[in-house]
Amino acid sequence: MTQIAPLRARSEAEAARFPALLARAEHLAGTVLLGEHGRRRAGMGDDFWQYRPVQAGDELRHIDWRRSARSDTQFLRQREWQIAQSVTLWVDGAASMRFASGDTLPQKADRARLLSLAIAILLNRAGERIGLSGADLPPRRGDAQIERLAMALGQDGPDDYGAPQTTGMLSHGRALFLSDFLGDLDPVREALTSAADRGVRGVLYQVLDPAEESFPYRGRTIFESVGGTMVHETLKASELRDRYLERLAARKDDLRHLCATTGWLYGTHHTSDSAQSALLWLYNAFDGGHGR
Amino acid sequence: MTIGPIGFAAPWLLVALAALPILWLILRAVPPAPIRRRFPGVALLLGLRDDDSVSDRTPWWLLLLRMLAVAAVIIGLAGPILNPQDEAQANRTGPMLIVLDSSWASARDWPAQEDLLDSLLAEAGRNARPVGILQLSDPETPVFQAAETWRTRLTGLAPSAWSPQPDAFEDAANLLGDENFETRWFSDGLARDGRQTLLDALQDRGPVTIHESAVPIYALTPAVVEDDALRLTATRANPGPARDITVEAHGRDPSGAQRLLATQDMTFEASAKEATTLLSLPAELRARLTRFEIAGQSHAGAVTLTDDSLKRREVALIAGREDREGLELLSPLHYLEQALEPTADLLDGSLSDVLPANPDVVVLADVATLSGAEQADLLDWTDRGGMLLRFAGPRLAASDVSRSDEAPLMPVRLRAGGRSVGGAMSWGEPKELAPFPESSPFFGLDVPSDVTVTAQVMAQPDPTLADRVIAQLSDGTPLVTRKRIGQGQVVLFHVTANAEWSTLPLSGLFVQMLERLAISSSLALPDLAELEGTTWQPAQVLSGSGILEDAGTLPGVDGTRFVEDVPGPDFRPGLYDGPDRRLALNVLPSDTTLTPVSWPADLPVLGLDRPPEAALGGWFLAGALLILMADILASLGLSGRLLPARATMSALLLALLLSPQMADAQDSSMSEADEKALMAASEVVLGHVITGDRSLDNAAQAGLRGLGETLFFRTSVEPADPVSVNLETDDLSVYPFLYWPISPDQPIPSEEAYVKLNEYLRTGGMILFDTRDANVAGFGASSPAGRKLQRLARPLDIPPLEPIPEDHVLTRTFYLLQDFPGRHTGRSVWVESAPPDAEQVEGMPFRNLNDNVTPVVIGGNDWAAAWAMDDRGNPLFPVGRGFAGERQRELAYRFGVNLVMHVLTGNYKSDQVHVPALLDRLGQ
Repeated sequence: MTQIAPLRARSEAEAARFPALLARAEHLAGTVLLGEHGRRRAGMGDDFWQYRPVQAGDELRHIDWRRSARSDTQFLRQREWQIAQSVTLWVDGAASMRFASGDTLPQKADRARLLSLAIAILLNRAGERIGLSGADLPPRRGDAQIERLAMALGQDGPDDYGAPQTTGMLSHGRALFLSDFLGDLDPVREALTSAADRGVRGVLYQVLDPAEESFPYRGRTIFESVGGTMVHETLKASELRDRYLERLAARKDDLRHLCATTGWLYGTHHTSDSAQSALLWLYNAFDGGHGR
Repeated sequence: MTIGPIGFAAPWLLVALAALPILWLILRAVPPAPIRRRFPGVALLLGLRDDDSVSDRTPWWLLLLRMLAVAAVIIGLAGPILNPQDEAQANRTGPMLIVLDSSWASARDWPAQEDLLDSLLAEAGRNARPVGILQLSDPETPVFQAAETWRTRLTGLAPSAWSPQPDAFEDAANLLGDENFETRWFSDGLARDGRQTLLDALQDRGPVTIHESAVPIYALTPAVVEDDALRLTATRANPGPARDITVEAHGRDPSGAQRLLATQDMTFEASAKEATTLLSLPAELRARLTRFEIAGQSHAGAVTLTDDSLKRREVALIAGREDREGLELLSPLHYLEQALEPTADLLDGSLSDVLPANPDVVVLADVATLSGAEQADLLDWTDRGGMLLRFAGPRLAASDVSRSDEAPLMPVRLRAGGRSVGGAMSWGEPKELAPFPESSPFFGLDVPSDVTVTAQVMAQPDPTLADRVIAQLSDGTPLVTRKRIGQGQVVLFHVTANAEWSTLPLSGLFVQMLERLAISSSLALPDLAELEGTTWQPAQVLSGSGILEDAGTLPGVDGTRFVEDVPGPDFRPGLYDGPDRRLALNVLPSDTTLTPVSWPADLPVLGLDRPPEAALGGWFLAGALLILMADILASLGLSGRLLPARATMSALLLALLLSPQMADAQDSSMSEADEKALMAASEVVLGHVITGDRSLDNAAQAGLRGLGETLFFRTSVEPADPVSVNLETDDLSVYPFLYWPISPDQPIPSEEAYVKLNEYLRTGGMILFDTRDANVAGFGASSPAGRKLQRLARPLDIPPLEPIPEDHVLTRTFYLLQDFPGRHTGRSVWVESAPPDAEQVEGMPFRNLNDNVTPVVIGGNDWAAAWAMDDRGNPLFPVGRGFAGERQRELAYRFGVNLVMHVLTGNYKSDQVHVPALLDRLGQ
């Protein structure tokens, strides 16, 4: 009994963030207009696709008798194939994402969550099923799933740098990895390879702070990771700038190369840029909502 | 120790400068402290090595900055002093006597002397030397006292406008006493008798140092009239190279203000001691001159004052008979005019017109009788110093004036008829003039032999006659007689003013005689005899720097001193008022020569411009502090801690902290009040008076918000948010309507607030007073809120009231109402009463009532509570019960709407009912 009150208070405080995140994500998603898009081939669905003559093997109950009565042959009424893809999201919640270089900039984690939830809303509207990898949230459709997503996305990870998880990823589905990818690259490589093995394709989206791109530091400095596990001391930070930028470029190259070999798409976003353009890019990356 | 003009109090400290290079090495090895930063990209940094050669050293310019700071501290502590005093002089002990010439010639360099004196006194104060000061222009026994005491009295010392008297030096030498002391003598650079005496006396008692300015001094001697110009003479002490100076002539302009009237350049030839020039001015300007001054020489010797001697005399000419046309030469005044015109201003007119102008001289040519008033005026004028000049003639000879008794305006008694000599019907030759006696003002004038007298009036022999004759004929008969009347005099020429009776007017002697009588000529300095026994009162005196000051209560001086004496402490240069004229006493008499003083060769003679000693230690230490501040900024910048945004923010914060809080608060309150008024003026705003009771104010605010919402929904009145009005500080005129809930314990507004409230009521504002007690006691005094209302409203300018009549415009401005409930349903609501002559017209539903909005509405129904709603439109207070209560609330809203409509539209609804009648009349 004693635990309930503080737990309740904490969870309410936590939950108070989600409507805001959800509202912002809805707002962001509202900027992309879309409708129900069919698969543009015959299949399961509600909408009419075409009539075709009955072939051998067709079941009699599929014959459209009204159409067939107007001619001598029998016709089948085919509906458009409206099948939902499963999109699995992985959003890095590790400590390194909770970083913003200025008061006016959002944290990387904040931006990543906003983008992922907004694209989830868009995909949901397009009829796709969305789930989270790693968490106990298999792909489903519907607004309730969006709310569950919002709840799950709010949890911060304990690690300093996150590693993508491929559990819960359906074969031949789609995937979206959102992270800064500044940590060890091996887990990423592994995850991508295993995903590609399962026929999963997707988007690797790197969210970076502007300070990480420009390295505007000078003087004698001790750099710490956000989680505090890594420390690097330098006597003259400005001297490190060029070499740091080289390494960052190399990291990006690695990621791009990795994506090219696994058939994924790679993109970069900076928290100083508008979230809307990032969302558009993501939306296009998912072929305008068609999980093809 | 001295380096250039800088000396050091503790030079050994400078040795510490040698330690600077060691400090350099130490500081160079210590890198700046690190800064800790969170940075996710640290994973990419791992393994990167620092370049050894670059970073762990403090940059050289920062080191240099710190070295400079340390060096400044060391130098500052070593006590640098700019222009240190010569130690031999500075370390003298014992008393010091300061001798000041403080004559007019010292005045120009007085500021420099004061500065030097101040620094001398400061130095003496540091060495604890007693100081005495001796002013030679007014020597007194020197009193030795603390230098600081003298410093406080330094501004009281001023140069005098006179030179030290020769005996002043001897006096001073006698005053010195037996004590030994060092002497500083501030000389004015001019040679004077007796200087050597004093110098010897001073040298007997200790070393003497002379301070003297090397700048040449120029002086001006009094201007002299020469023909029709003024001769100005300037003189200088040292015959140096050629030099131009400018003399300014100051005087009054026609309105009486002092003004520069003319300037004249003068040139000292090389090695000449004197320069002279002629200044030619129109007579009018000359009469208005007050002083001459050498430009740029601010001392009394460069100023000469002018007195009456430069003025033209005003002479009134009055003849006893009219001029006959064409016979100018026979006019009694012709020769007088000819003689006087070049040098005097002539006045014409009748005696009564001329006398108020107060002329210097009145000439009566053959005027025998005067009316009683004229005679009295003339006598009075003469008594006050006027000069009456009378000429004889046929009329005077024929009249009885001064026949038996001496007339007051005649110097002598006259015998009847006069006499004529040398004519066709008489014996003897025309008479000539006798030489003038010594006592006569004409003494010394040559008597030409061709001046003859053929006719004259004769004086009766009298005991006083001999004293009054100032010119006589060769046979001893008086020709000119004179009598003093008070401060003035009457002079009678016993002949005519034209050539009828004598040839005197034709001769040059006539003009000379007029000059001697001070009629035509300017006034020369009176002679000794004339000055004897007179007392002259100083009107204005010159200060040492050449500025005229009011003489105040200075005593008068004996007239003889003007001739015999030189200016001194009790005979100051300036302007003196005497019996009948004003005299100027100038610093320098005419023909002065200035001689430079020559001191013995072994005497140290110094200038006045000793640069003041200045301690620089504070500056060096302050500079060190500044450099350290810069070092802080530089260090922060170097280690990346100095972000521009933060720097500006901290600077802003600092500025905020430093700015005076009071001014800040005042500013913001002012702008707040202005903003409030501005907002209220740009919208329709309902206001409620702040009562000080928080819950009451909140209810009023909520009530007006509810009323505003209702108005917004139902009418075209769209009020903004209601405003709480502070009667003391806010401008009321921007609120059309004020709601004033009455609570028994609210404060009474101040007088100023009542002035504002009355102004508000008179100019069309409306106040709704609400006692909130349902008027249980009737509109009377027995409820606490009612009594409070009476006290609050007593100073207000409220017209007679009555309960709302049935046909009042409030009953129909928007809704048709007969009840005005709020939270309570008290019936009586009081408004301005209808005029007594209002009558209901036949066929009209309403009386024609007041034109204006009623200034007050008084009731007790607690309307605000009925109107009150929260932000979502829910009522805050219950009203009544059930549906009836809601109906009551609705009626309360309707009353509010009617009230605001009434405020905003006045009697518009009253007018509307007259429209049919108006149309009817227009149709006819």
